[in-house]
Amino acid sequence: MNIVEQMRAEGLRDDLPDFNIGDTINVAVRIVEGGKSRIQNFIGAVIARQGTGHEASITVRKISGGIAVERIFPVESPNVDSITVKKRGRIRRAKLYYLRGRTGRKARIREARR
Amino acid sequence: MIGLIGKKLGMTRTFQEDGRSIPVTVIQAGPCVITQVKDEANEGYSSVQMGFGAKKPKNTPMPMQGHFRKAGTDPLRSVAEFRVDEGHEYKLGDTVNVSLLAEITMVDVTGTTKGRGFSGSIKRHGQHRGPDGHGSKNVRASGSIGMHTFPGRVLPGKAMPGQYGNKQETKRNLTVVAVDQEKNLILVKGSVPGHRNGIVYIRPSR
Repeated sequence: MNIVEQMRAEGLRDDLPDFNIGDTINVAVRIVEGGKSRIQNFIGAVIARQGTGHEASITVRKISGGIAVERIFPVESPNVDSITVKKRGRIRRAKLYYLRGRTGRKARIREARR
Repeated sequence: MIGLIGKKLGMTRTFQEDGRSIPVTVIQAGPCVITQVKDEANEGYSSVQMGFGAKKPKNTPMPMQGHFRKAGTDPLRSVAEFRVDEGHEYKLGDTVNVSLLAEITMVDVTGTTKGRGFSGSIKRHGQHRGPDGHGSKNVRASGSIGMHTFPGRVLPGKAMPGQYGNKQETKRNLTVVAVDQEKNLILVKGSVPGHRNGIVYIRPSR
């Protein structure tokens, strides 16, 4: 393993749960507004995950008031306060970009049977 | 102050306390062995020559082997010279490592840029494309390179296609994010010239 890969893997946070593409998660984000910081929750489905180690990020998609919102979170960022898994999804591909063209019943992700 | 010879290892990111992400280039800086000390009396100017990286003796010409033997070191791959004011304390055979840069906040990094071969003026100089349609035949061509009877010549320095990259370049005033003295690593903010495993020269910024 080269040194840069080592650095990517070093000192990663271990407080996050295991989650996969297709899972519905709650990302608690720290937001600084006018000198004060508060926590904002963003609940949605993980539709993509890219990068490794410190460079890992996830794309979370939700429908907010009829409008689809996607946010990209750097997983290792200190601004990501916590992540909790709400639902496990059953999916067949690594990137769920096909959801973007769909609405309503077609845009559902089936829940995983355990 | 002298600099160091190093090897660009690659890029990654670090996070600040406040959540900001800083893109960093990881450079293995040193250890370098001083292979020659030049002074006003002998060479007419004052500088320190150093080498970095191992090299097999069988791949080293005999005169170079002798040069390295004088410094009491195995043959080294890259050799570079750094100008330094008279009255410094560097001696032949000394080893310098990244601790040299431990107190430094800004550095200049010199490297050889990635070679892109003979490139067109769009890639090389950021010129614009011509139209694709309507019978256009100058999609990526250079276009006009000058005026008319006056001046009747192409102005010197006119941007044209040619060799792009594989050329020495210096990035100045890069912020030093961290120095790892144990592993001889230095992390600078942003990119540095060249490909991974490329040789770079690191100097404190003026």
